[in-house]
Amino acid sequence: MLAYTVQRLIVALSVAFTVSVVAFFLLHLSGDIAISIAGPEASPAQVEVVRHQFGLDRPLVVQYLDWLWKAVHFDFGNSFYFRDTVVSLIASRIGVTLTLGAISLCLSLLVAVPLGVLAAVYNGTLIDRLALSFSVIGQAIPTFCLGLGLIILFSVTLRWLPVSGASTWKHYILPSIALGWYAVPAVMRLSRNGMLEVLSADYIRTARAKGVAPIVVIFKHALRNAIIPVVALAAVQFGFMLGGSIVIEAVFSMHGLGYLAWEAIARNDFPVVQAVVLILATIYVGLTFLADVANAFLDPRIRLA
Amino acid sequence: MSALTPTNVVQPGGDAPFDAPPVRRSPLVGFLRRARRHGGLMLGAAVLFVIVAAALAAPLIAPHDPYAQNLAQRLIPPIWQPKGTWDHVLGTDKLGRDYFSRLLFGARISLLIGLLTVAISGTIGTLLGICAGYFGGKVDAVLSYVITTRLALPVVLVALASAALVGGSLQGVIIVLGLLLWDRFAVVTRSATQQIARADYVAAAQAIGCSTPRILFSEILPNILNALIVVATLEMAHAILLEAALSFLGLGVQPPLPSWGLMIAEGKQYMFFSPWVIGVPAVALVFLVLAINLVGDGLRDVTAPENRT
Repeated sequence: MLAYTVQRLIVALSVAFTVSVVAFFLLHLSGDIAISIAGPEASPAQVEVVRHQFGLDRPLVVQYLDWLWKAVHFDFGNSFYFRDTVVSLIASRIGVTLTLGAISLCLSLLVAVPLGVLAAVYNGTLIDRLALSFSVIGQAIPTFCLGLGLIILFSVTLRWLPVSGASTWKHYILPSIALGWYAVPAVMRLSRNGMLEVLSADYIRTARAKGVAPIVVIFKHALRNAIIPVVALAAVQFGFMLGGSIVIEAVFSMHGLGYLAWEAIARNDFPVVQAVVLILATIYVGLTFLADVANAFLDPRIRLA
Repeated sequence: MSALTPTNVVQPGGDAPFDAPPVRRSPLVGFLRRARRHGGLMLGAAVLFVIVAAALAAPLIAPHDPYAQNLAQRLIPPIWQPKGTWDHVLGTDKLGRDYFSRLLFGARISLLIGLLTVAISGTIGTLLGICAGYFGGKVDAVLSYVITTRLALPVVLVALASAALVGGSLQGVIIVLGLLLWDRFAVVTRSATQQIARADYVAAAQAIGCSTPRILFSEILPNILNALIVVATLEMAHAILLEAALSFLGLGVQPPLPSWGLMIAEGKQYMFFSPWVIGVPAVALVFLVLAINLVGDGLRDVTAPENRT
């Protein structure tokens, strides 16, 4: 177990390092940042001043190592646009995104896992077909369309919930549904397939033959084993949700990390964009690492393979 | 953003059944027979056919110029509403442009983005996946690492940032998405190649001295093509959705192009009083993506070896 954990940790750390290289060079190689900061009307001399002031005249590798060294110490420099440090900007915004992601994940799991179990138990019946059709149709609805549709229905027509913002718990209901929606089909299919596989196993037949109540067989004997791959998928989906929340935050004007990144991208605010990309990627890497370790803990076949 | 579950992967190889029927049937006939019986595939193909035909014939069937503004006729509602007119079946937008004509030309943009993105990402992903699966060992370790790194990048965010850097144009969006969305191609072709890399016909090709590129492209590639086509359809839907999201956020295709995502973004401020302004392009988008997904799922069912009877 320890050897496996250490091995996964090394992979995770090196992926995080590679991502930092990508995040840095992606934004640095694509244009002259000094011109973007100084603005289109700046004279060449002013651009040179800016270039020196922001340390952009140093070799790229030096700039990268300097950025990484500071990033590891939670110093991402100052935002070009917002008159604030990147760290305090992120600290003030990340709570909204994490809350939104966590609620969305819980919602989608609460819908998808029971639906998947139901579809597997009633395999081949109308219930199964309805669940599968729902997952196909669900995947075709773009999150921002769903978000706008929810606003029109629940905020404008019915006037039950607020249109935008993130100040009370009511503000989180519609965005969480819209964001959680996308994860439902994948989680549902995986729990359905996992359940189908487990339900045909010998030990389930034994349990049934012993006369164990069907509901106990399904939830105690079968679901426990079928849920293992769902744990890993849930972690991955949480990472996707944090990255995808940018669209939902824009629709609902929630000032989270995604909204911050959107504003920063539109204004060439490179330090903020780089920091958000790096943080989201690192969270994703951390989540997949935890999922790997949790999976190995739950299923000895993985760690001994 | 999708589950890379093994169940989504078509099992390649094993084309010849052990107890082959005495009468040799063309594989195409069998494919068409199974396809006809698959309701979802037929429905998706029919809808997709209509959308592609409408997109191709857009200049012929569009009643108006999609770019022609008419400020006297702004925000006319569609025909099913009390004030609708037959002159503008789906109404007009905030600049008085005919919505139906814009929708038709917008289908061209979505389909173009889907096809070209998949052409780029499919090439990159397939090359990486086949090499990783065929060579194994260190090559596999390195390429798998590249795939893992790509998966760790938040797609929407990186696509937005890169699209903004290349200046938000149709070509820019296609290139950015093409360079980003190759992960599923790589994952699927890698595992599909691994399964057939030790097959007898591959060993035979190696034994008679075929060059490695020849083995990769004329022995392996045709045998993983089924899986590849399924991924290509599903990734096409993914690319179309991402383009719509990028354009909706104002960093994808730029006005006045009639991208559906952009139409939704432009209609957002009017959605409280005229919801159809975003409803019309949203429904079109859902139909297109649904049709492509149905075709992809259907092809997976129909080409799966275990479903061949």
